[in-house]
Amino acid sequence: MAGAIVDIEQYDTFPKLLRYNAEHRASVAAVREKDLGIWQTWTWADFRDAVRRLAGGMKALGLKRGEKIAIVGDNRPRLYFAMSAAQSLGAVPVPVYQDAVAEEMRFVLDHAEVAFIVAEDQEQVDKVLSQKEHLPALRTIVYDDPRGMRDYDEPFLHAYDDVVSMGQESGWDEEVDLGKGSDTAIILYTSGTTGTPKGVVLSYDNLLICAKIGADFEQLREDEVVLAYLPMAWVGDNVLSYCQAHLVGFSFACPESPETVPHDLRELGPTYFFAPPRVFENLLTQVTIRMEDAAALKRRLFRFFMTVAERAGADLLEGHKVGLADRLLYRLGDILVYGPLKNVLGLSRLRIGYTAGEAIGPEIFRFFRSLGINLKQLYGQTEASVFVTIQANDDVRSDSVGPPAPGVELRITDEGEVLYRSPGVFQEYYKNSEATAETKTNDGWVHTGDAGVIDDDGHLRIIDRAKDVGRLVNGTLFAPKYLENKLKFYPNIREAVTFGHEQDFVTAMINIDMEAVGNWAEKRNIPYSSYQELAARPEVLDIVEGHVSEFNESLAADPQFAGSQIHRFIVLHKMLDADDGELTRTQKVRRRFISERYAPAIDALYGGEGRIVLETPVTFEDGRSGTITGDLAIRDARIAGGERAAA
Amino acid sequence: MTRPGNILLGVKDISLRFGGVRALTDVSFDIHEGEIFAIIGPNGAGKSSMLNCINGFYHPQEGTITFRGQQRRRMRPYEAAAQGISRTFQNIALFRGMTTLENVMTGRMLKMQASFVEQALYLGRGKREEVAHREKVEEVIDFLEIQSIRKTPVGRLPYGLQKRVELARALAAEPELLLLDEPMAGMNVEEKEDMCRFVLSTNHELGTTIALIEHDMGVVMDLSDRVVVLDYGKKLAEGTPDEIRGNQEVIDAYLGVSHD
Repeated sequence: MAGAIVDIEQYDTFPKLLRYNAEHRASVAAVREKDLGIWQTWTWADFRDAVRRLAGGMKALGLKRGEKIAIVGDNRPRLYFAMSAAQSLGAVPVPVYQDAVAEEMRFVLDHAEVAFIVAEDQEQVDKVLSQKEHLPALRTIVYDDPRGMRDYDEPFLHAYDDVVSMGQESGWDEEVDLGKGSDTAIILYTSGTTGTPKGVVLSYDNLLICAKIGADFEQLREDEVVLAYLPMAWVGDNVLSYCQAHLVGFSFACPESPETVPHDLRELGPTYFFAPPRVFENLLTQVTIRMEDAAALKRRLFRFFMTVAERAGADLLEGHKVGLADRLLYRLGDILVYGPLKNVLGLSRLRIGYTAGEAIGPEIFRFFRSLGINLKQLYGQTEASVFVTIQANDDVRSDSVGPPAPGVELRITDEGEVLYRSPGVFQEYYKNSEATAETKTNDGWVHTGDAGVIDDDGHLRIIDRAKDVGRLVNGTLFAPKYLENKLKFYPNIREAVTFGHEQDFVTAMINIDMEAVGNWAEKRNIPYSSYQELAARPEVLDIVEGHVSEFNESLAADPQFAGSQIHRFIVLHKMLDADDGELTRTQKVRRRFISERYAPAIDALYGGEGRIVLETPVTFEDGRSGTITGDLAIRDARIAGGERAAA
Repeated sequence: MTRPGNILLGVKDISLRFGGVRALTDVSFDIHEGEIFAIIGPNGAGKSSMLNCINGFYHPQEGTITFRGQQRRRMRPYEAAAQGISRTFQNIALFRGMTTLENVMTGRMLKMQASFVEQALYLGRGKREEVAHREKVEEVIDFLEIQSIRKTPVGRLPYGLQKRVELARALAAEPELLLLDEPMAGMNVEEKEDMCRFVLSTNHELGTTIALIEHDMGVVMDLSDRVVVLDYGKKLAEGTPDEIRGNQEVIDAYLGVSHD
């Protein structure tokens, strides 16, 4: 079966591919989910039957071609069935980020004129109901998990099981036949670092051509194992799980719960895996912490073989020549260290691992590659149906996101912004022609909003958001994200926000990593009861100061960035949080918002003060809000030589 | 919202003495089916003694306890458990070296019929029972959302989660009456909110009658259908949270000033 990808001219929608798979791969696993501790499997035939029944029910409830249907919840088979059922009826699924608060959700539901909602559980239903009066188009809500729903008697609320038994299965094939490749397959709302979310309209052609390009490039097979654990509202999950599974015929698995993902990963052993850099960072932090707690012999064994791996691992992975001694040592290390470690991480069987979204720390990247894990970087956007650039197996670098993917053209504007053109380019922003015109040129080029450079060997390097790149008063280039990512490569630093545009020098606000620093503090018997207390300890500030000074030194070596050394910094008294609007739902910093909210802190960083009392609002998990007040020390970092010369 | 139900457990004129110390004096109240019933009072008021009487650990010198219409004879805690009364403890009483799953599984012990040999060899009845009980245990694990710690030794868990595991073990016994001894003690706000949610859904979804001791008045007033107030082993008041809140005697003696 390998390589036998079906003709996407003929099977030009996902429901058609589902029907094809149900006939040709009837007993092959399509979807899995762990329920009550046991992995349950739906074959492609089961998948089709479930979709056919649900579609019948939805039709009976009045879902019409072209209507929008929102899908809200964690990755659950039934929510994917709902997506498929909607597509087979010609309705347009609009997956919504499940951890969005009700007001955020309202914008999307209202803007997309959603008529139907399929929600996972009571929590999601409650959010929708609280906004119901603002959603005139909404007619029907279907929920999956009946727990807690007994006392709800709204007539427009239906249990999934009831919907399934409402309709008829006949007529499904005719509905599927009506679909065509140029139809809208899905609308995905981008979380947006600024302003309101925009609904990216993608056609079946967009998604399928891109999915196929990716599948061909990586030679995906029917027996791939994928864990679908990233939000369904995110294009990556849609393409890498749902779309490519339909196209290639492999199975994707839904975790038991968001908290069990590490366990599920280990049990499944995925072969094809995507994770944002943060996940790999956390894995490495955990490994480091656990190795520090291990017995002396194990620790030494680990250190020794990790040096071997660093020397030989990546070369072996890419098929370069490696000396006999190292090759033998690496084999031994594989038995004693790498193999068991990969097994614990759930990465033993990994053939292709992607990371994207943010820059990944070079040492983190190297760590995983040296273990023999084929981790690669790509650069993608919702507007491109994911793939813009992608690294080939034998051409992987930690500082680039790779050359353009097949079928993609790339160019850089004079301002340094990256533009691309590809078959995956989106149709439009839903009901927002102004934004569409701003982003997509008439001849199909898309403005990414990212600043980047193309290296001599064709690899793209992203340095920052184009609009965030600024200049110091003396004209030095200031690329905040580049600096922040570099800072975040220190395991003790969780988040950083830098300032410097139209200022005399660069300053930073820093969040420490509670786990890494907490572990360090426990080892030294430094007491703390909360993040705030830990972050204010002078010992902790000393560590951070050390990191920043070291960071300055490495910047000094790079003439582009020597002028961007951090002169002063504070460690914040609270974690930056999406619930407080400081991060996006995908955990990116909202720069403008933060610089408004933390204006007094920024003033103090550029004033001469040694301390500042800062009061910031917080939103608790239950939605209540309050304030946290902290008395923060402002520290000066050591500036490495060369800066004056550069300035 | 008081739900009228039959009396599940009736406590009548209970007196308990330890030597010369009178822990409880002539205490009477009824717990109705399907309600959440709170026992409050300052330290040493006799709350835990009362729970210990209900689940058969203490034997009051005077008075009667009626469960499901039957007056109870002197019994041992496991007999009370077999009748459908399970509990959690003020100081967590779990097997620290065992995993969450194993701990919750012990909640099914009383329902196992298979012999030692059958269980040891995993044969016949032993195997069937293990599967059936494991399924029930998994339902409880799902209900309390502790899947991610299924295989973690309990001693390694944070306090709030240990409390949840203890609740899971009590629920695994499928009790009719669940006794919770300070379920929120020592928890932070978030842990308390989680616990409240689980106590409420146990009551709503599983229909379990709950009697709880709690010091956090906010929790008590929000959760309970009815409240009884003890002081120095005597009943001071009984009623709905609103009635208790408005009871001047209670306010003066225990709450200091009104909680709100």
